[in-house]
Amino acid sequence: MPEYSESRAAILDAICRRHADAPGALLPILHEVQERLGHIPGDAVAGVAERLNLTRAEVDGVVGFYTDFRREPAPARVVKVCRAEACQAVGGREVYRAAVAAAEAAGGTVEVEAVYCLGNCACSPAAQVDGETLGRLDTERVTRLVAGTDGEVPA
Amino acid sequence: MKVFLSRDSSAQSIGAEAVARALARVAAERGEPLELVRTGSRGLFWLEPMIEIERDGRREGFGPVTPADVPGLVAALADGGTHPLHLGRIEELLAAQGQRRINFRRCGVVDPASWEDYVVTGGTRGLRAALEMAPADVVEAVTASGLRGRGGAGFPTGVKWRTTHEATAPRKVVVCNADEGDSGTFADRMLMEGDPLALIEGMAIAAVAVGAEEGYIYLRSEYPHAREALERAIGIAYDNGLLGADLLGSGRRFDIALRMGAGAYICGEETSLLESLEGRRGVIRFKPPLPAVQGAFGVPTVVNNVITLATVPAILADGAEAYAALGHGKSRGTLTVQLCGNVRRPGLYEVPFGVSLAHVIDELGGGTASGRPVRAVQAGGPLGAYLPAPALDVPLDYEALAERGGMIGHGGVVVFDDTVDMAEQARFAMEFCAIESCGKCTPCRIGSTRGVEVIDRIRAGTDADANLALLGDLCDVMEQGSLCALGGLTPYPVRSALEHFPEDFGTPAAAAAG
Repeated sequence: MPEYSESRAAILDAICRRHADAPGALLPILHEVQERLGHIPGDAVAGVAERLNLTRAEVDGVVGFYTDFRREPAPARVVKVCRAEACQAVGGREVYRAAVAAAEAAGGTVEVEAVYCLGNCACSPAAQVDGETLGRLDTERVTRLVAGTDGEVPA
Repeated sequence: MKVFLSRDSSAQSIGAEAVARALARVAAERGEPLELVRTGSRGLFWLEPMIEIERDGRREGFGPVTPADVPGLVAALADGGTHPLHLGRIEELLAAQGQRRINFRRCGVVDPASWEDYVVTGGTRGLRAALEMAPADVVEAVTASGLRGRGGAGFPTGVKWRTTHEATAPRKVVVCNADEGDSGTFADRMLMEGDPLALIEGMAIAAVAVGAEEGYIYLRSEYPHAREALERAIGIAYDNGLLGADLLGSGRRFDIALRMGAGAYICGEETSLLESLEGRRGVIRFKPPLPAVQGAFGVPTVVNNVITLATVPAILADGAEAYAALGHGKSRGTLTVQLCGNVRRPGLYEVPFGVSLAHVIDELGGGTASGRPVRAVQAGGPLGAYLPAPALDVPLDYEALAERGGMIGHGGVVVFDDTVDMAEQARFAMEFCAIESCGKCTPCRIGSTRGVEVIDRIRAGTDADANLALLGDLCDVMEQGSLCALGGLTPYPVRSALEHFPEDFGTPAAAAAG
């Protein structure tokens, strides 16, 4: 969670200083910025670029290349649903479509993100919610996960 | 009561934590002390969540266990009885399947966060042996074992190491490619969660062999559990001299830093991975220079897959000959087959090279989960060809599979039954390439999008002859005009689908073209 007592500049200072001795540490820095701020806003791109002596375009290009990095805050719930082959072989396409439909029904408060393999291929179809991987999903369960009405998320 | 329960993220994904809570509750209710050891997974995922209970020094498995089974199970065992979920000794089950566990000998057996467990099961023997040898002899041992890169390309590991060993440079680097992005593969994840110290020891041996002091594990962000396990294991390794300034008292230094990817399939390609490690977009590099000569930060770099590195301690500990004695043709040792998709017994099967693909699917996997006939199998990940059912009687061996147009890749095998629409699979191969292309090569960046459109036109029956010819041309251009395997191999699933399943493309012309 953002700490409002600390200025944005102080946060970026601390993160960049922590990685000062690590070669090529732009990705770890951006991961930490996103962890702290929830996303990577434009002024943080500029701030990181300045501290690492990179151009803004270089940092922005990295933010844009990797799907994990967000320029806007994430909605309250992000459900990552696997669209890849091992899940397709056991109904993954239907599970993904059901998740997208459920997100539309929820009206923008939930994001369904397509991912390509969570390494849970022996227990597919798979999805990930808040860093927890879930397996053997069907359309009904994934609909509940997206709607936030699934009580049995194994934690 | 001593109980072993997997903490593997796949086991957790189907309820292992609920079983753990039920065990704790039932033990408390009965006033029985519970020693719960959290392990990796044995890889028998149709039996997960699986527990093993140790009684009189004998460890026996039960599964698949639901929380509702736990009270009855504990009560039956307390009375000295048995239970319908009884599986017997898991080692016997694995042996009956023909498994030879070298990479996965500790996974599911030990607590991955226990240094004592690691050492008792032979940990550090490989590095100790390596530290007593000349570095060139360590390289030679790995070469003699016949070990080939398990990440997909199957390049001889010893040859790669020799190149970096012979390079003269003040700084060298060892990189573990833990960006396991191929659908249908999970061996790296299981190993990192279940036996991470073996990977660290393998990297330390590589460092000794090539003269590196600096190591990186580049891990995909989709694997948060593996991240936790590795962070813990790196700490344990530093505490016990498996990393740090004085490797096992030898005076040699080796450090490892864990770096997280950020959701880019292409970073599993080694040069993209190096770009990403250096803090840039994961755009692939021209080769040469080979990473072994000029890799991370411009210095000679060994880049190896997780399973490759984790195999090395066993080779050094037990001898190259023992490893090379297993296998088939030029494929030595064991292959960690990851069997999944529409199959009754999905899991990790570590078998000597040479076992047939049909045997793995029908005998070990028990055929399809749906009970319908197997129609197609994709081996080697999303860039591997689709093999039709009659072509599956082929030994798992790099060369033998390549002769059939297939590839072993990282050992993933995805099974489809007869409800699969192969034109849809071909379309997906192009779509995936379009989504994950780094953008460096035009045939991959643009050709994949055009490929989706052309396949759509063929499926719609629009000018099918001309579009089939166009798709063939496009596949040629992608295959020959792309720098890396993403653009270069995407035509394989597309072409194989067309060749073996022309009827799915919906036109008589397509059928004739097959």
